[in-house]
Amino acid sequence: MTDILMPALSPTMEEGNLAKWRIKVGDKVESGQVIAEIETDKATMEVEAVDEGVVSEILVPAGTEGVKVNALIARLKDEGAAAGKPALAAPPVKAEAPPAPKSEAAPAPVAPTTVASAPAAPKASGDRVFASPLAKRLAVQKGVDLKAVAGSGPHGRIIARDVEQAKPGVAPAGAAPAPQRQALSLEQMGIAPGSYDLVPLSNMRKTIARRLTESFRDIPHFPLSIDLEIDRLLEARQRINGSLGNDVRVSVNDIVIRAAALALKKVPEANASYTAEGIAMHKHADIAMAVAIDGGLITPIIRAAETKGLVQISKESKDLAERARTGKLKPEEYQGGTFSVSNLGMFGIKSFASIINEPQGAILSVGAGEKRAVVRGDQIVAATVMTVTLTCDHRVVDGAIGARWLQAFKPLIEDPIVMLA
Amino acid sequence: MDFDVIVIGSGPGGYVAAIRAAQLGFKTAIVERELLGGICLNWGCIPTKALLKSGELYEQLGHLESYGLSVTGRSYDFDKVVQRSRGVAKTLNGGVAFLMKKNKIEVIEGTAKLEKSSPAPKVVIALKAGGSRTVQAKNVIVATGARARAIPSIGLEPDGDKVWTYREALVPKSAPESLIVIGSGAIGIEFASFFRALGSDVTVIEALDRILPVEDEEVSKAAHKSFEKRGLKFRVAASVKKLTKDKSGVTIELESGGKTESLKADVAIVAVGIVGNVENLGLEALGVKIEKTHIVTDDNGATGVAGLYAIGDVAGPPWLAHKASHEGIHCVEHIAGLKPTNLHSPVPGCTYSTPQIASVGLTEAQAKAKGLDVKVGRYPFKNHGKNIASGETDGFVKTVFDAKTGALLGAHMIGAEVTEMIQGFTIAMTMEATEAELMATCFPHPTMSEAMHESTLDAYGRAIHI
Repeated sequence: MTDILMPALSPTMEEGNLAKWRIKVGDKVESGQVIAEIETDKATMEVEAVDEGVVSEILVPAGTEGVKVNALIARLKDEGAAAGKPALAAPPVKAEAPPAPKSEAAPAPVAPTTVASAPAAPKASGDRVFASPLAKRLAVQKGVDLKAVAGSGPHGRIIARDVEQAKPGVAPAGAAPAPQRQALSLEQMGIAPGSYDLVPLSNMRKTIARRLTESFRDIPHFPLSIDLEIDRLLEARQRINGSLGNDVRVSVNDIVIRAAALALKKVPEANASYTAEGIAMHKHADIAMAVAIDGGLITPIIRAAETKGLVQISKESKDLAERARTGKLKPEEYQGGTFSVSNLGMFGIKSFASIINEPQGAILSVGAGEKRAVVRGDQIVAATVMTVTLTCDHRVVDGAIGARWLQAFKPLIEDPIVMLA
Repeated sequence: MDFDVIVIGSGPGGYVAAIRAAQLGFKTAIVERELLGGICLNWGCIPTKALLKSGELYEQLGHLESYGLSVTGRSYDFDKVVQRSRGVAKTLNGGVAFLMKKNKIEVIEGTAKLEKSSPAPKVVIALKAGGSRTVQAKNVIVATGARARAIPSIGLEPDGDKVWTYREALVPKSAPESLIVIGSGAIGIEFASFFRALGSDVTVIEALDRILPVEDEEVSKAAHKSFEKRGLKFRVAASVKKLTKDKSGVTIELESGGKTESLKADVAIVAVGIVGNVENLGLEALGVKIEKTHIVTDDNGATGVAGLYAIGDVAGPPWLAHKASHEGIHCVEHIAGLKPTNLHSPVPGCTYSTPQIASVGLTEAQAKAKGLDVKVGRYPFKNHGKNIASGETDGFVKTVFDAKTGALLGAHMIGAEVTEMIQGFTIAMTMEATEAELMATCFPHPTMSEAMHESTLDAYGRAIHI
């Protein structure tokens, strides 16, 4: 009998929605076969079977929300093996023979089924972990997550021995969800009942709400805006694309990503994260690009973008954006960038200031390129102008640093040929 | 198939296993060659407690002045003391018979022998009433217990007259004028304490360098001192070379630190350990593994022979009734597929001398030998309100904690009523409490048990009354 547990698809994942089963009871499962789809706060992922066997039980139905990591979700039985242990000594079930079992006793001790102490899998649901005081203390000392430990004590309670045998793992991320601010109901705030439809909160929506609330509330942030003339950039882009085959098309955004990465190399103070222990100066410009997807947004990352040419950036960003929209990104593809770019230019937005994407030190908001009247010398002339806004985490990126970064960024955009330098 | 479970031996391991089996719906039988309740009820734990109570009361009568009381004509009737002890044993023996009946367990009086069969060995019983009966069960549990060890080569062999085991010591005709107890484990010390209370001149011989050698060293020392105050004499690190008998009594030749000594007494009690009752059961033919007179089993009592289990004294130390019961329940629950979880519970030990001694878990030295960093707490009863009020200020509570985790590793107590208190620490250890839970526990005042709290606090430098 093999237990299938809810997998942790990322180091910080605590729970997820069991979106879909790809197997049913009685199916034969091969190792590596996709058995389920699990929706996390960011993406839908396919879960593969580790062991092979025949599906004997599905314990968590498809569509169940908030399934804790390591909860028992299904069971496989080894092919051929009989289910459960054969009863060692079931007394004959004759009417007159065995004395009536006492209340707490298992009637006929056949297969060990419902007896409370089955030390199989960690709890299927609920937050309370049953563990002895010593087990709890050992878990803290050893960095063992008790939720991932199967208890062998009375009623499946986790005892010291279980923790001693457990491998130290990543202790659950301590970030308790921020308390919900909204104390008043919509009705209390004057919205008539029945005047709206209530859409259930997806995991992604909850994460966006929590993370951005925390960021906007807790990080001292300020915007710096600058106008950039992009006629030469548009011309360069046209020439580049003309030189490429039909399968690659470099976008303005691709050029912005490359320019941002190069500017971060020139002003490394802007490629930094604030932590309690010190300022983390990132060695690479891992540029996260905000992609709007059904039900929210996600920020896949171009790693070490300063080392990549436009064609590669273009290919990667296209692939990442496509997979983001179909929910197929892997956690490592959207976690851990050092700088973000958000572009609403295609919607004609002139300028906007994004909210810091923790733990990054800054995020660049890119507006629409549009013909504007600009004064050159004493002449008013037409030029294609794009306004960009850098939102900075003041704890790590001061005004002057942000300004220097924009100064470094500006020539790269206005005259892309200098990117060759 | 005659039964689901047959238990051989009705001591505290066997009869408890049988009751648990019946509770779980098994058709159960128990075989007993002598008396229901085994040694514990008939020749061990219980009748000795009866004797010790008489001794304790008699001794206390001699110290009444300190309580503002006086008594004249203090005396005892030895026959009546023994009769009371036998009466107590009989009452409880009847109690076990009642429990067997109540649980519909068939009691087969006779001596069992095992023969190869399937799914478990057959049990062939030479019936007490004559004849024999063969029964087949799905599971057989051997709970035949143990008996006192004899060493005939040096004369340590009970004769029921001048050389006793616990068995003869429970039913003597009179308290001997002088007595030598060989072995200072719980059994030896209890008889020494009892006969001393009635005025015998008692000398205890121990081969190791301290009495009660399984206890924490500090407890051994304190016990030695307390017993000496009561007039007991000791020879430690002393080995018996030879025991000889003549009309007047026994002579024991001792060797200690290169010197020899000769001790004389009316009677000697041999309490030099235990051997398992593994003979004449047919175990060898079945291929049961036996080491040092004990049946080798796994954690669940399984012997490796299909359907055959062993529990209690016959399955190895510690030789304690409550350990046997515990194993019996575990074994039966395992047979029932219940996955019992009581395997790793610590087993407390008690010695019912004056003063009493009780302990559970590791001694300080054992903990250190395991390489553990320890925090040790001590609290003496001489400071303690309830003990002062009761006039029982002898003794202390010692606690040993793992400095790193706060786990209670062991607790060691000597003094009045400590045998009734050790369960508190045993529960704490079984539930894996740390010092924090023990400190957070509210102990009732005024009780001797408050010393348990204080000892815990003392381990962390926080005792209130020191």
